[in-house]
Amino acid sequence: MSAPSLSLLDLEEDSRVCLEAEDYQRRPGKWCSGCGDFGALNAVKRLLAKEQLKPEKMVFVSGIGCSSRFPHYVNAYGFHGIHGRALPLATGIKLARPELDVFVVMGDGDCTSIGAGHWIHATRYNANMVVLMLDNSIYGLTKNQTSPTTPEGYASMTSPRGSLLPALDPLQATLGVSNASFVAQTADWVPAHLYATLQAAYAHPGFSFVRILQRCPKFTPDIFEQRVKDPNTTELLVHEDGVDPPGLEKLFKARRVHDPKNIDEARSLARRTDMLRLGVFFRDDSRPVYEEVRAVPPVTPQEKINRLNQEFERYAV
Amino acid sequence: MSTEATREATVTEVSEHTVEIITDSGEGAQKCAQIFGQTCAKMGNGVWTVEIIPAEIEPPHHTVTSTSGNIIRFGTGKVTNWGDQSKLALAFNEQVLLSRHRLDSLDDDCIVLLEAMWQNHEEEAVRRQYQEAMEEMSSRNYRFIGVPIEEETLKVVSNPAHGKNMFALGLLTEVYQRDLSIVEKQIAHIFRFKSQQVIDLNVELVKAGMAWARDNLDFRFHIPSVPSEEDRIVMNGNQAAALGAIAAGMEMCAMYPITPATSVSHELAEVIENYGGIVHQAEDEIAAAGVAIGASYGGKVALTVTSGPGMALKTEFLALAIMTEVPLVVLDVQRGGPSTGLPTKVEQSDLLSSIYGQPGDAPRVVIAPRSIEECFHSMVTARRIAETFRTVVIVLTDANLATGVQQFTRPKLDVRWQQGPLDLSPLPEGLRPYEWDAQTGMSRRVIPGTPGGQHTVTGLAHDEASLVSYHPSSNERGMRMRSRKLAVFQSTLMPPEIHGDEAGDLLVVGWGSTQGAIEEAVDRARAEGHKVSTCQLTFLSPLEPGLRKIFGRFRKVMTVEINYSDTVGDPYITEETRRYGQLAWLLRAHTLFDIDCWTSCPGQPLRPKHIYRNIIAKLERAESVEKEGEAS
Repeated sequence: MSAPSLSLLDLEEDSRVCLEAEDYQRRPGKWCSGCGDFGALNAVKRLLAKEQLKPEKMVFVSGIGCSSRFPHYVNAYGFHGIHGRALPLATGIKLARPELDVFVVMGDGDCTSIGAGHWIHATRYNANMVVLMLDNSIYGLTKNQTSPTTPEGYASMTSPRGSLLPALDPLQATLGVSNASFVAQTADWVPAHLYATLQAAYAHPGFSFVRILQRCPKFTPDIFEQRVKDPNTTELLVHEDGVDPPGLEKLFKARRVHDPKNIDEARSLARRTDMLRLGVFFRDDSRPVYEEVRAVPPVTPQEKINRLNQEFERYAV
Repeated sequence: MSTEATREATVTEVSEHTVEIITDSGEGAQKCAQIFGQTCAKMGNGVWTVEIIPAEIEPPHHTVTSTSGNIIRFGTGKVTNWGDQSKLALAFNEQVLLSRHRLDSLDDDCIVLLEAMWQNHEEEAVRRQYQEAMEEMSSRNYRFIGVPIEEETLKVVSNPAHGKNMFALGLLTEVYQRDLSIVEKQIAHIFRFKSQQVIDLNVELVKAGMAWARDNLDFRFHIPSVPSEEDRIVMNGNQAAALGAIAAGMEMCAMYPITPATSVSHELAEVIENYGGIVHQAEDEIAAAGVAIGASYGGKVALTVTSGPGMALKTEFLALAIMTEVPLVVLDVQRGGPSTGLPTKVEQSDLLSSIYGQPGDAPRVVIAPRSIEECFHSMVTARRIAETFRTVVIVLTDANLATGVQQFTRPKLDVRWQQGPLDLSPLPEGLRPYEWDAQTGMSRRVIPGTPGGQHTVTGLAHDEASLVSYHPSSNERGMRMRSRKLAVFQSTLMPPEIHGDEAGDLLVVGWGSTQGAIEEAVDRARAEGHKVSTCQLTFLSPLEPGLRKIFGRFRKVMTVEINYSDTVGDPYITEETRRYGQLAWLLRAHTLFDIDCWTSCPGQPLRPKHIYRNIIAKLERAESVEKEGEAS
């Protein structure tokens, strides 16, 4: 692993210097062995290396939870915030500095429970950022409490006789929000698909919401057991405008060509529970992007003073 | 009560007058008063206005609870508060007038210009209600004059609901001999988004009001004005804060609507984009704080504007900003609490929660402007402190300052108040994001985009490299460094100025918007020979230096505040159990002096006469205690 503290000036001067995936790792992740978060981190590192993003031009924003430790492990700027509130911070950063690449990492509790209001509204703002929702269907850091995405009947410390309500479906919820522009689902046990999905998310100019299904090795290790064992219960949504990672054809026989522009079909697929579906459900790059809608021309300090002095005339005695 | 016939008017010259315009909610009293107040200010009078606003948009009409209006106190010299009582009231019905009577807002000899249509209304219930109200008010010496406001308005427009206020403005314009050309300009400004036809019609109504007053009223008031040698501007506190934010170079205001703070964002929304900034209306109070912190972390100077309930919601985010040392300016336009409390009314109850309101120790700066002028300048000061010390600065104004209109010296803008371009030059090798100076706790702000500066800020306990650290000494060092910055900031402050003598029997201490009323009351007591002085604090966290020394020169110290405190002698309330006003609580802890307080939370600004009475009572109490002491 090369030293992460490389000089970026050298990088600019010497185009042959190329950052490897490992160059984007600031320090090793401190998650439990077998945690799905590692898979997400690896895929992100590969993406950053592929795009050759400058570490100082990226900000990783997170809330609270196991997955929210993510920014500490990436060689980039990071803002490890408070529970449920990563999205407002990220929105503020993007408004102030649209030229920065913003990545948001949240868990299922962070995003769909305490931060649910921000999730709905950030989807509508459609600021250009990649949003990773690391969904292991449980509160891990606080040690095994039911989250909104915990399957009905699944037991936890707060629902010892099993979760009483149907799980909240983040895909249907996101697809129901006006001005949603990118909704995808992938899984930690299909790394090629995860990586391809992140590439599509990064390429999309808008709020790219990616739900990453994963297992918590401590509290939900068995949650996708059937899916992992039997790939025939999973259907890949493929399209040239979505993702179709090479090499998965043999493993996943069930493939459906789905045009991500088709919102009705996307909603209908998200609602169906007969199979697990991975892929880009919806993508529309014509939706208004918040920081572009709000862009105002810069004004020099002296010009501001001149204008404010004029403004005072309205109030002059 | 009779409509008086045309006669020669006598002009009385007075140094000041207070007038209230009171109507049903939605009848346009605010517009009428706004134009009248602005006209007085532009004619060179000192002005202070107070809005009377119901919490509902349009409560049932012709009731005591539907009162909407405005009080305008104006005079030859500077006016710093709303005074004791109104000398003239212009009321659209007897019920709204009755509500003001019940609040003891009207002077005993108040002239009342009252809509004449209710007295002989065709409905018996209306007539009876009118009679009962008049009987209730007969205990006073009010001089009632019936004015056919609606009847006269109907001669100009078909819908009196949109017009009576301008006719009323005409009455006042004539009675107070205001300059019609200024009134016309104000009308043109206030209706600038409407057609010329609307503006002309409003001017016509004003002229009709003036004509009626000329023909029917036998009195005029003349309030001389002294020409000012300096340029002045006139606005309310929320407008001042909004323009102050622009003067301070702020390019991001993230907010969520809340009374009485919202109009700051209205003001900003109208103009801030001409200054390269935006107002972001967030999905909630919490998100508003988050967006502001995110923008500030990104390098912009950001502001969030709210009131008490919003402050409560933002608490966790404010602590995050303090922990991560992201500069942030928060404007809290205080209203009555707790809970939803009195949304449109004044109170000073957010002091302690602003200083201490979060889990853990999160030192931040709290400042309270004392006038409309300071609402402007405090934004510039706040931004500078926030950035210099990488901390949160809370500016506490209140509903009194927010809607009160006053003129002040036109600020001389300084280009250095604005933000220069972001410094994104590469960081020196090995510089850590919290390289706290061991003496001052201060460290360099590293903005994303800076090559070599990559780090992750976190609300978790962290070391100088911003690495999460639960080590005991590391945690204590972080605490110490964040707190040290406040001490360093305090070392730059001056002791408060004393209004009155430097020593005496009683020192009255206030904070924020009450300065004008307290000083007027203290001046009244001093004119009678009492040895009373006052000082008005503006820096509350950290407190201004030298307080112990100052307090030690007075036999008694007492705070005056618009918040709650127990009264000794009430059931269960003793010197031991008594809960103090918030500033008193703070000053007792800070100075170990036995500081008393007189507080009141009526949902309206303090009256000088009430403060005066309590000053005298405090002096008498102190004297009798001393005599008792001598006797025993």
